[in-house]
Amino acid sequence: MPDAKFLKFDTLALHAGQQPDPVTGARAVPIYQTTSYVFRDVEHAASLFNLEVGGHIYSRISNPTVAVLEERVAALEKGTGALAVASGQAALHIAIATLMGQGGHIVASASLYGGSRNMMGLTLPRFGITTTFVDPRDHDGMRKAIRPETRLVFGETIGNPGGEVLDLPAVARIAHDAGMPLMIDNTFASPFLCNPLEHGADIVMHSATKFIGGHGIAIAGVLVDAGRFDWRASGKFPTLTEPYAGYHGIDFFAEFGPQAFIMRARTEGLRDFGPALSPQNAFYLLQGLETLPLRVRQHVANAQAVATFLSTNPAVERVHHPDLPSHPDHALAKKLLPRGSGSIFAFDLKGGREAGKRFIERLRLFSHLANVGDAKSLVIHPASTTHAQLTAEQLAATGIGEGMVRLSVGLEDVDDLIDDLTPALRAAHKG
Amino acid sequence: MTTTFTVDGHDVFATTGGVDFDPAKPVVVFLHGAGFDRTTWRLQTRWFANHGRSVLAVDLPGHGRSGGAPLSSIAAMADWVSRLLDAVGVRQAALVGHSMGGLVSLDAAGRYPDRVRALGLCGIAGEMPVHPEMLESAKAGTSKVRELMTFWGLGRALQIGGMVSPGLWLTRESLAVLDKAAPGVIHNDLAACNAYKDAPARAAQVTCPVTFVCGDSDQMTPAAKCKPLAAAIAGSRMTLLKACGHFMMVERPDETLDALKAVA
Repeated sequence: MPDAKFLKFDTLALHAGQQPDPVTGARAVPIYQTTSYVFRDVEHAASLFNLEVGGHIYSRISNPTVAVLEERVAALEKGTGALAVASGQAALHIAIATLMGQGGHIVASASLYGGSRNMMGLTLPRFGITTTFVDPRDHDGMRKAIRPETRLVFGETIGNPGGEVLDLPAVARIAHDAGMPLMIDNTFASPFLCNPLEHGADIVMHSATKFIGGHGIAIAGVLVDAGRFDWRASGKFPTLTEPYAGYHGIDFFAEFGPQAFIMRARTEGLRDFGPALSPQNAFYLLQGLETLPLRVRQHVANAQAVATFLSTNPAVERVHHPDLPSHPDHALAKKLLPRGSGSIFAFDLKGGREAGKRFIERLRLFSHLANVGDAKSLVIHPASTTHAQLTAEQLAATGIGEGMVRLSVGLEDVDDLIDDLTPALRAAHKG
Repeated sequence: MTTTFTVDGHDVFATTGGVDFDPAKPVVVFLHGAGFDRTTWRLQTRWFANHGRSVLAVDLPGHGRSGGAPLSSIAAMADWVSRLLDAVGVRQAALVGHSMGGLVSLDAAGRYPDRVRALGLCGIAGEMPVHPEMLESAKAGTSKVRELMTFWGLGRALQIGGMVSPGLWLTRESLAVLDKAAPGVIHNDLAACNAYKDAPARAAQVTCPVTFVCGDSDQMTPAAKCKPLAAAIAGSRMTLLKACGHFMMVERPDETLDALKAVA
């Protein structure tokens, strides 16, 4: 008997979540630029509000164009469902708010995107949710940081900006042994290079602004659930296992099983906090997703060539790319990211902050800005931008040096990129 | 909302469609298919519970959150349904079943005609033979059977997507539910379906109103294999859903609900 022949990644990237429009026959995903949806009759309206039937009510909660994006990302990340929202930060916030309230605690990797670090370290404590940050390679420290009130273990597949690869199976075991879910920010890897849910993670988030879009024109975030975590057995997630007064007394886990987290995140998180993704932006992101496999393959090839070039340049002290044998997580990267470790990586310039400044100002093709995962090559100096809110001590703990420069290698001809980098490195080196 | 009661000394877990179970109302019992659990009925139960019926979407013994060992034959499961009705103090109920749960419903209606007021039978056929390799995989506990049940179960349309409930990816949902089945449960259920040969005889005994719900792309219980059963039950209805595989409750939830409303 032949094996099951599920559609493969490249096919899903083009098709998942969409049936050609039944009315017009439109092959492309239509942009449903509407706030609301006409009910068929009074009975239909009541049934929709009561979750008796599926469908759309109001675009703050769901929208047909956004739903295609959600299903497509769920398919690519091998999850049971997804929720698309207005930004990666909104996705992170909704996930946390769905899992815990005041008094909750998070154990997070110390190597995080500055915005995530800011939210967890500075903003959420004001609302009674605290975080302990731990070196992602310090598994014992991670285990010890879990407290009775901990509700989530959080990390990034590839840390920012040091390129620390999280040992997903090991950290998942630590979380699960304590009855906690593991949530992974998979933005830097994209679903093409890694599916954290296949390595033990329970929830994945993306800043879809990055590789999923790839064009740098739309901000968005996505949450994906593996549908595997036993919220009831853990006994620590009443938002998912006890009747919810805000929705007719629903016990989400009992009624929706593997869809409980996504259903609660949508029906409470989007409804009450409101960071809806616009259908126009969802459309842009769908255009990007169609070429994700093609783009990421080329991103990886270009990044590996640039990293190799930098690693032999006298102006460079160190290159933090997991695909280089010199990176401390190289062996782990080969295991978890066999197609490559993406195209966002940092390197340390000799000469510190001033060398960094000279380098960036001499570049012509690389754009100096605060984004990554664009088709165009990008550059930034983390110490003065994305991680500027961190103290010198926190910077050191996160592995960020004053001369560290982060590249997001794009899809230009790699010879042109190296030709752009060469004089900039010379300028940095000469002073 | 949920409820737990005891049958044969074991806890039985059920959802009630968001409304407290009241045995005084017309009762509808939903029975899931092989290896699955109550959550497969989430897009039908709430409507019935909010429209004058009392709903129990149960986890069969050994499935989901219900205790006990899985029952090894369709007839044993049908007997259990009769004891379930006793346990909740209900003389008569409508039974809505999917696949294995459909066979159980049919068997119960044939042998306990006074306990069953109506039948909704989704994705069933006169015989439901299971490929030996699937049985072998189920016995060995390998992933092949779970993948094949999902691949052959979901219609091709929904393997691409377009789920009516926004953002849900049914292929993985099916795998996630099957992955949670306790060891031996899937093999038990598939073996029970494979061995059951009484469907035509039970159909001939049925006296209550019956509606069959079939998917035009169902490769596990093709509509053509359902027709003889429907023909054997006078006055039964058959609804054929377009672009729909074996999991009509989640693939075409609204159309499935509409078909069931007519009988349950």
